[in-house]
Amino acid sequence: MPPSKAEVLQGTLDLLVLKTLDTMGPIHGFGIAMRIQQVSEDLLQLNQGTLYPALLRLEQRAWIASKWGVSENNRKAKYYSLTRAGRKQLEQEVESWDQMSAVINRVLGTG
Amino acid sequence: MREPHRVFIHRVAALFGPRRRLEDDLDAELRAHVEMAVEQNLRKGMTAEAARREALRHFGGVDQIKEIYRDQRGMPMVETALQDIRYGFRMLRRNPGFSLLAILCLTLGIGANAAVFSWIEGILIRPYPAVAHQENLLALSGTATGTTGFESLSWPDLIDYRNRCTLIDSFIVGKIMGSTLSIGDRAERAPGQIVSANYFDALGVRPILGRGFLPEEDTGRNAHPVTVISYQLWQDRFHSDPAIVGKTQILNGLPHTIIGVAPRGFYGTFVGYAMQFWVPASMEERFEAGGYKLEDRSARWIEAFVRLKPGAALAQAQHEISAVAKRLETDYPETNRGRGIKLLPLWQTPFNKASEMLPTLGITFVVVFFVLLIACANVSNLLLVRSLARRQEITVRLALGCGRARLVRQLLTEGLILATLAAAGGLLVAYWSRNLLMVMYTAQSGIYLGGELDWRVLAVSAGVGLMATLLFALVPAIHTSKIDLAAALKSDSGGVVGGRGKMRLRSALVVVQVSLSFVLLVGAGLLLRSLQGMRTASPGFSTSVLTTGVDLFSAGYDTQRAKNFQDELLDRVQALSGVQSVAYSRVRPFSFLPYSSAPIAVDGYQSAPGEQPEVKYNEVGPSYFETMGIPLVSGRSFTRADNEAAPLVAVVNEIMAAQFWRGEDPIGKRMQVKDRWMQVVGVARLAKYSTMLEPPKPFFYVPLRQNFAVRVILNIRTPQAPGTMAAALVREVHALDPELAPYELITMREQVDRMSSSQRIAVTLLSIYGGLALLLAAIGLYGVMASAVSQRTRELGLRMALGASATNLMRLVMTHGLALTAGGVVLGAAAALLLTRLLGYLLYNVSPRDPLAFGAAFVVMTAASVAACFIPAWRATRTDPVRALRD
Repeated sequence: MPPSKAEVLQGTLDLLVLKTLDTMGPIHGFGIAMRIQQVSEDLLQLNQGTLYPALLRLEQRAWIASKWGVSENNRKAKYYSLTRAGRKQLEQEVESWDQMSAVINRVLGTG
Repeated sequence: MREPHRVFIHRVAALFGPRRRLEDDLDAELRAHVEMAVEQNLRKGMTAEAARREALRHFGGVDQIKEIYRDQRGMPMVETALQDIRYGFRMLRRNPGFSLLAILCLTLGIGANAAVFSWIEGILIRPYPAVAHQENLLALSGTATGTTGFESLSWPDLIDYRNRCTLIDSFIVGKIMGSTLSIGDRAERAPGQIVSANYFDALGVRPILGRGFLPEEDTGRNAHPVTVISYQLWQDRFHSDPAIVGKTQILNGLPHTIIGVAPRGFYGTFVGYAMQFWVPASMEERFEAGGYKLEDRSARWIEAFVRLKPGAALAQAQHEISAVAKRLETDYPETNRGRGIKLLPLWQTPFNKASEMLPTLGITFVVVFFVLLIACANVSNLLLVRSLARRQEITVRLALGCGRARLVRQLLTEGLILATLAAAGGLLVAYWSRNLLMVMYTAQSGIYLGGELDWRVLAVSAGVGLMATLLFALVPAIHTSKIDLAAALKSDSGGVVGGRGKMRLRSALVVVQVSLSFVLLVGAGLLLRSLQGMRTASPGFSTSVLTTGVDLFSAGYDTQRAKNFQDELLDRVQALSGVQSVAYSRVRPFSFLPYSSAPIAVDGYQSAPGEQPEVKYNEVGPSYFETMGIPLVSGRSFTRADNEAAPLVAVVNEIMAAQFWRGEDPIGKRMQVKDRWMQVVGVARLAKYSTMLEPPKPFFYVPLRQNFAVRVILNIRTPQAPGTMAAALVREVHALDPELAPYELITMREQVDRMSSSQRIAVTLLSIYGGLALLLAAIGLYGVMASAVSQRTRELGLRMALGASATNLMRLVMTHGLALTAGGVVLGAAAALLLTRLLGYLLYNVSPRDPLAFGAAFVVMTAASVAACFIPAWRATRTDPVRALRD
């Protein structure tokens, strides 16, 4: 029996998106979805559509910026990239995530 | 943290930005995503169909995502609200008759409230336009043990308070007085104020020409004959002379240098009158009787305000000033024992018309609230009627999945639109009626009682509009949203679904309206009765007597010249044709000028311990009692023989005789007035002396010649009208002194009426609002009865078919309508019995439970109801039984 897919944890989608943009540079929504699924080795169940409200939210906070561009297949697509504020935010979130997971691991006795 | 407001800006931008483009962008972006997924799936070897299906499955519901995206992008609450507003306007336009009627009702209700707020603001809360920071101003009132009323202050006391109170920024003296201004060929009485030197600075009022007073100008006896004149005086009497500063104007016989012109819109600091000029306190002796008082601690004549330091509370300041008063009591026991001081908010100012307007405005405040409630009930009723007509639309919306909460919000939004439009109209009404109170003081010059429409009034009116919306729209909205969907969809014929409950609600609203109107009618009736009572009751003197006067004091006459002038004028007027008798008095009854008052001692009379009996008196000339028509119970009137050389005499009134001589005949007895002994020579019938409402009180008269006053009132007994007498009077005065002009000649009736202005204003306002309420209630009743009849067409037709006559049907409908009225009247009568006591202060010789007023209100209410029910009842008799049954 294959391992069941995990739901994306509440609030972690933003972190995943920011990290993806940090690693990949400017990229469109579909690319972000592919990258997250690849890295998670298909263990994460992601409704790809939910990426878009998340992207909008991040853009409203000025953590990411967007620009229309042309994809490798010559298709018009919106490209997202990390801003300076976004990079700072990513650092903070990574740090707090590390802390949180350390605490949880310790509580669960697996650390 | 700047993210939240950055997000907010984004959202607002999206809200008002180009919606089309945003939507296109979203479409394009999502489509690109799906297409890329499809391509990838195709590359994996799926069929075209499977590739698309798989791509969409991974994406999730496109429309759902779009909806979430839109909510994140814009402001869903605001968007819905805008939608509601657009829709609301469309609905109101579709029903212009309904909308106009509803807006009209609300406009009257909100407008009445806004007008009263503007009066309360402009007369009580912030009465002095152009004065800065009125919220820091307080009125000063002296107190004395044994009395409850207002006591004036002395100048030395005021200086001590000023020097010792740390929480008070400034003491602002403004004592009202008057002077006869002769400019060019016209002489006219003008009200002015004796003020402290800091007056203009402390009030924050800058003269537009020249300057205010210098600090030294309120010191020294008669040392600074300078004056600041009002804008109005400058404009009207000096023709806006730009070089006015430095010119002189004779005030009370002495040339005063005009040093400044007050800005337009500054009327001084006396609620009720527009001041025309101001002089510094050093000139007090010129304008006030009683000699030089700036160094006399026992001379109490000052009316004053204080300005608190920022942050100081009334209670603290009161504490501090009371401590100072205590110290003054120990330092100066002979003048200050038992004397205290009180700080009062401006609306409780005891020495101007604020105290007179307070009860009237208080009652009016309650009354307009009633009017608003009635208006709301009417609009509620209209909305309920309309919700019947909109049943179809609402059923469809519900069936299409509109939430009930959303529906209620939609209906409330429509209500809010009505209220907003009505509030705008109401403010217009308030603007037009801001000077209504002034208009009611007909034929009196110098009155200033203006309303003020500032942002506070606007805010309160907006609040009232909001409250009104909840009052009138909430119940119908909830009621409407409760439509039973299944039943409503099934029967789209004329059947009435939920009609019975709605009808009951509407009947209840009408009952409330009738009861509120009834209360107002009773109130108006009581005030009318009391005004009528005041007009017909005798004040104890003849009201057809003409009264005028000559201001010899302002003209600078000394005592001897004044005596000669008075004697000569008396003889000349006496000789005029039609004049029966003429007499002087120092004080005109029912005027603002206070009577003299003195401690009284009588042989054998023991006053209660600690109480010093003071009695008011008037200084009157020979044949005063005959002229005024005040009968003498016993003894004699004053004659020319009661002069300076003769023994001092007095005439007491009945109450005084009974109080001090306990039923013995006082004639020939002596009494001590302050430090002089007088012999009682007559007993006069009781009269009213200052207002019709005063209780019977002791009073006495002394001869003018033994207590001389330069400034006197001339009373003339004649069957002629003032108009015919006036010219002759002016001629006689001019013959004696061409510089002089007499005061306006009026009847005592007119004088009495002027002093009952607060009753008259209350009656007028209550009649207007009572009439309005009655009209609104009648409209409400008519509406309910009309729709009841149209809903019962089938039943009425059946009754007719079964043999009911037109009279039967008429009676049926009328009985229904009148039953509602009866319910309202019973409730209203109960409420009125509790509420009319509020009128107490304004009522004269009328019980708050006066059966006649209640009866009249009942008759009027019934008549209005019959009128309102008649048309629906008549229509009921015209029911065509065949058609009613077939439809």
